[in-house]
Formats: sequence, structure tokens, C-alpha cells
Amino acid sequence: MNTFVDRFSTTSAVSQLRRAQRLAEEEDDISDVAWGSQAGFGNIMKGAPSFNVPDIPDPTSFLRLHTDDHADPSCRIKIQHGTTTLAFRFQGGVIVAVDSRATAGSYIASGTVKKVIEINPYLLGTMAGGAADCQYWETYLGMHCRLHELRNRERISVSAASKYLSNLVYSYKGMGLSMGTMICGWDKTGPAVFYVDSDGTRLKGDLFSVGSGSTFAYGVLDQGYRWDLTDEEAQELGRRSIYAAGHRDAFSGNTCNLYHVKEDGWKFIGNYDISQMHYEGPGDVPGHVGGGFGYDLRVEGLTSANPPPAAAEVAPVAA
Amino acid sequence: MSQQPTQQSFNPYTENGGTILAIAGADFTVIAGDTRQSEGYSIQTRYAPKVFRLTDKATLAVNGFAADGNMFVKKVRQRLEWYRHAHAKDMPIRAIARLIQTMLYARRFFPYYVYNILGGIEEDGTGAVYSFDPVGSYEREACRAAGAAQSLVQPFLDNQIYFKNQTAAPGASFPKHLPLSTVLPLVIDSFTGATERHIEVGDGLEIYVVLANNSSSLQSLLNMRGIQELTATNDGERVFVIRKELKRD
Repeated sequence: MNTFVDRFSTTSAVSQLRRAQRLAEEEDDISDVAWGSQAGFGNIMKGAPSFNVPDIPDPTSFLRLHTDDHADPSCRIKIQHGTTTLAFRFQGGVIVAVDSRATAGSYIASGTVKKVIEINPYLLGTMAGGAADCQYWETYLGMHCRLHELRNRERISVSAASKYLSNLVYSYKGMGLSMGTMICGWDKTGPAVFYVDSDGTRLKGDLFSVGSGSTFAYGVLDQGYRWDLTDEEAQELGRRSIYAAGHRDAFSGNTCNLYHVKEDGWKFIGNYDISQMHYEGPGDVPGHVGGGFGYDLRVEGLTSANPPPAAAEVAPVAA
Repeated sequence: MSQQPTQQSFNPYTENGGTILAIAGADFTVIAGDTRQSEGYSIQTRYAPKVFRLTDKATLAVNGFAADGNMFVKKVRQRLEWYRHAHAKDMPIRAIARLIQTMLYARRFFPYYVYNILGGIEEDGTGAVYSFDPVGSYEREACRAAGAAQSLVQPFLDNQIYFKNQTAAPGASFPKHLPLSTVLPLVIDSFTGATERHIEVGDGLEIYVVLANNSSSLQSLLNMRGIQELTATNDGERVFVIRKELKRD
């Protein structure tokens, strides 16, 4: 009863506190929900988060002037680009494989990027384009997937989750967001892969590859893809495709991260060094037979540039 | 005559040079930065700190546009103080990392021109380094250099910390974590090297060291000349700063 009176009273301690908070809010754009541990996502209850925008007639061209390295390579704020990511659906679930290189211009800013974003135990998102855009919005998507679970007492479908993300980035269309992502998971309908990008495209499909190295990955992927691939064959195809992209695309490389989504959620399979895959292969992993992926092995002894070991030993003696 | 309004290009950014670097150990983290601030070829000051103590377990290094960097550190500190008032404890470092992401991303359309490196001690007592891009993408790493001499320092660190392009002696293997007595000389060498070869690096060096509770590195650290302790609480983690001179030309 007292709380009811307090709520409508203008003199109680609570209402005075409210008034003080209202005044404080006007001075600062951070509301009182930012107090405590909500880490800035406290504004979730007010709908989409708010953004600071420069007070000039054309904020979009401002952003492009300072951040887009296609328009001006000397611009100051370099947003990380360059990638190969792939995901495909098959009999045994979904395979997600990505590289780990981040480039700023021609500088390799990092070789250990996690381009698979673990949205929740059943959903994965991949990262291509702006690293921050993908990380931030896919984390945000994860929060809304959890809210969906709490409200509806069941997990969100991959279709609904991807549509939430695509509607969200569509509302920022033209503002300069850059993301090309695959939302992968397992729901009531079985394994599912959706391609979502910052233009607003959303496609359902069996097989996608995104990024500067995608053409090289598609080459290997299309050639080896079948619906009835075994788990081991599918994992090897994912690794082999990322290896191909890392080998031929300068903006992709370093290592390959491999995930497998099954009915009981996703599982991290492993991290494989691309140079090591070239010379020695991915190591003792199910699905792989023989040595390195590089073709030196296959031409050994068959070309003059690559003589068999015995010939190499004999040659200097003859000379 | 054109009826269109003409727009002056809005250029609120500049680049103030300098370099920062952080290395995580098993139970400590080292975060360092030079103190020169320049614009173009002019040195504005020989002492402008780029590394800041946030809590007893977290230190933040900022590089890029100094005005944005200082403002950003001020806002992070304000949010950490609010957290302290609400929860009566310091924010854990992985939460600070996420906070920094959301604060940077809130300026996605008007970015802070700042490269951040957050270093400190995780709740499990391990050393942690988080590195950020200007709009908030982040990653936990073992070591990271940023700023003007990033491309000089990072390859050195890759070789000496990650042992990239080195082969272990037969039967031997490389250590996963290096001791503080190895890391500190590497940091100093990184900066003397960068000072030799980069015009925007020099003047002074500030090395912050964050130690976990009962860190075995404490004894070797206390023997350092000119060390100063900045610890403020009795939580167990301890923060120190070591100041050194770099070449001033």
C-alpha cells in the first residue's frame, strides 16, 4: 500500500529521488539504467541502442571520409577488413570454417581473430566486413535470442534469429555498417544456414562463402560438396576450402577455425595453422589422409623444379 | 550561381603519434607507452601519459588522437566509479573489456580516433591483454603493440613472445608464459628500438606492471630502480609503475 502511495505522491522520498534522477538525465545522455552491471546494454528496454552522430548536414559522408579505406587509403581510422568464411549444411549438421586474419590496408593487424561468434550454444554467426559491426550486433542478437527464450519458453529458430538481425541492420541502411555474415544453427527444422548482410539481403541456403577469399573457397567447396558427406569428410572439406583461400588470397590466412553444429548444439573442432596445412597437413585428425595440402607433394619427382630426393643427392656429385 | 548549400569539410581528428604495448604473463601483465606527444613533425610535449591505472587490476593504454583518448579514459573511469558505488567492488577486467566495446560502439557513426589496449588481471588470477579497434571490436591476446611504431614492435614481439619463426632445440619446447624478469627487458628493448627508428617515439617510457595476488614476480620487481607502487585497495592485486628515459631527439 505504501509503495502505491509513494508512486503517486509528489513529496515522498522516492518521488524526490525520481525528480533528481530526471534532472540528472537531462544533463547526461546516460540514463540510470547504465548504473550497475548492465555495461551499456542497460538501454535494451528502450528498444535499439542510441548512437552519437556528428551534428553536421551529412553525417554519412563524414564517416566515409574518415573510415572508408576504399575511398581514401590514407584515411586515419582503419576498420579491419579481408576475410574468408564459409558454412554449409549437410546430412550431419552444419560445418562452419573461417580464417583468422585481420588486415588494415596491407598491414596484417592480427592473425588470431575469432571470426566465429558464439551467439548461444545452438547458434553461430560468422564475421566478414567490419569486425566491430559483426561482434557488436551478433552479441546484441544473442541477448534478444535469450529474451525470446524467456518470453516463449522455447529456443528461437535460426530463421527468426537471422531475420531479427537482417531487419536490424536494414534499419541502419546507408549509414555505413559493413557486415556479411552467416547465421548457422540447428532448430526444429534441422540444420539451417542463413546469409545476412548489411545491405539487407537475407538468403536461406545449403552452402555459402563470404569475403575476399570466398571465390577460392567456393572452388574447393563446390567440387567436394555432397549432401551425404560423413562428419569427418565434411570437416576435412571445410578445412581444405579455407586452406585454399588462405593460400591464394593475400587478405586471408594465418589459421583456420572449425566448428560443427549438430542437434545438441555447436562444437569447436579445432584451430589449424594454414602454413602447417600446406607442408604437413592438419595433423592427425579424422577425415584427413596423407600429408600436406600443398601440391609440392603431388609433383615430387615429376618436374625438374622438384626432383626426387635421390636425384637431388646424385646431381651435385655429377656437377 | 549554385543554390545548393556548401559544406565545409568537418575534420575533428589529428594523429598524435607515440606507441603503446602490453604483454600478459601467467600471473602478471605489463602495459607500457612512451610519453612523447607530437603533431606532424612538431613535438607538443615530452610528457603526456598514454597509460592509465583504472583499478588495482586493470590498466588502460590509449593511442591515436590524444584529445579523444583523454576524454575516453575520463568516461571509462566515470563508469567504473558508478559501478563501484553500485556494487561495492571493482569491475572485473572482462567486464571492463565489454564496457569499452559498448562505449566505443556507441560512437560508431562519430568514432573516437583511439586504439585501446586494456591490460590487467582476470578474476582467475591470470594476466590478460585485450586490444580494441576504434569502433570496439576486441580480442583477448597474450601481447599487442599499437600506434605509430606498431609495425616495428609487433614483429619483434611475435618473435620473442610467441617464438614465431623459431624452432625449438631437439627435445626442448618453448615456454607458454615468460617470467617478468624476461618480459621487462623485452618491453624496454622494444621502446629503445622504436625510438631509434621512429621519429614519433621517444622522450619517456612509462611501464605499468599489474601483479596477481601472491605473484611470484614481486621480489624481482621490487629490485627495479625508480619503481613506484600505485595500489589503492587490499584486494590482493598490486599495481606498479616504472618510469624511464628514452632518447629525446
